[in-house]
Amino acid sequence: MLFRVASERDRAAFAVIFDHFAPRVKSFMMRKGASAEVAEDLVQETMIAVWSKAALYVPERGAASTWVFTIARNLRIDRLRRESSAHFTDLEDFDAPSDDVPGDEALNRSQEDSQVARALAQIPPEQRELLILSYVEDVPQSMIAERLNLPLGTVKSRMRLAYRRMRKLLEVVN
Amino acid sequence: MTIVHHLDDATILSYAAGTLGEALSVAAACHISMCAQCRTAVRKAEALGGEMLDDLAATAVSDARRAATLASLDDARAAKPVVVKSDMPAPLQRLLQGQGFDQLRWRKKAPGVSVYELPLSKGAKGSLKLLSIASGMTMLEHGHGGEELTLVLQGAFKDKVGRFARGDIADLDEDTEHCPIIEKGETCICLYATEAPSHYKTLLGRLLQPFLKI
Repeated sequence: MLFRVASERDRAAFAVIFDHFAPRVKSFMMRKGASAEVAEDLVQETMIAVWSKAALYVPERGAASTWVFTIARNLRIDRLRRESSAHFTDLEDFDAPSDDVPGDEALNRSQEDSQVARALAQIPPEQRELLILSYVEDVPQSMIAERLNLPLGTVKSRMRLAYRRMRKLLEVVN
Repeated sequence: MTIVHHLDDATILSYAAGTLGEALSVAAACHISMCAQCRTAVRKAEALGGEMLDDLAATAVSDARRAATLASLDDARAAKPVVVKSDMPAPLQRLLQGQGFDQLRWRKKAPGVSVYELPLSKGAKGSLKLLSIASGMTMLEHGHGGEELTLVLQGAFKDKVGRFARGDIADLDEDTEHCPIIEKGETCICLYATEAPSHYKTLLGRLLQPFLKI
């Protein structure tokens, strides 16, 4: 679908992508505290970036949802930093064609997609909570520590555990 | 360049989720730009983000917004970002607008210690600076607030954790206390980011403490 958007500038294919992702990006922005109006502004910016950058999407590097996630994340951070030139530095910025990319960097994400969901269901609730607070609700680790009344070190080690557990679960399946 | 010291997994996760503060994000991004291992780790953490986005319940987007978005598409294509090969990590290169270390107006803070402050956006917490420390110097024993990153860009230092050379990043636990020694030969230049208010226990605080009496 993204391929058709990229190679043929196919607007009908884009509309399908819009109808899948735009409502999710809107939820994503609102869960992070944006008003419905601001969330729709960011939805529009994100989807226009998906359209214009479609040719830069590399399927070997991750699923479409991962790519849309990074675009939405970057645009939101850039909006927060609007008064500065300090744009969020995305991985894409480092991906020179001459870069020697190790083999395992090419994630087969189309397979991995539903595996992530299954893996998430398998980790302990307190680790899952940290992942949701970080990814969805945009709470920095120091504030998670405050909110859960835990030392920062404990939050960090739980995050490490959650991340490693997820990686391991995903590697076992692959 | 063989990188030995990497980002902590908790930092990788925060960077990918977008919750790492601005100063720490720049230091993390600089290391990631030099380190294939951490790039892979970030990709995996971003895949989690993609899955979480896909898992969210949908909130209807207004018809007007949908129509406006579809109407605004044009046939222009985004250009592939140009990556200039340089010794300077790309995010830092951008902040310094292409200037080299020798072109910066360093501020001498103490004998053998110079600092160059890097700009952050308004309202950003913490600070981001370049530190230049003369070879052979020993830093006082210091701990880490747990929200501090030090990336070596030139030269090297050694401590009980190991040797930190170009590309290595110190992302240390708050209970790690150490007193690094700058290796003889070359001035050591580090990118130093902190979210903690400057107090005596941080690296910079300890570095300047005997001179500033803080």
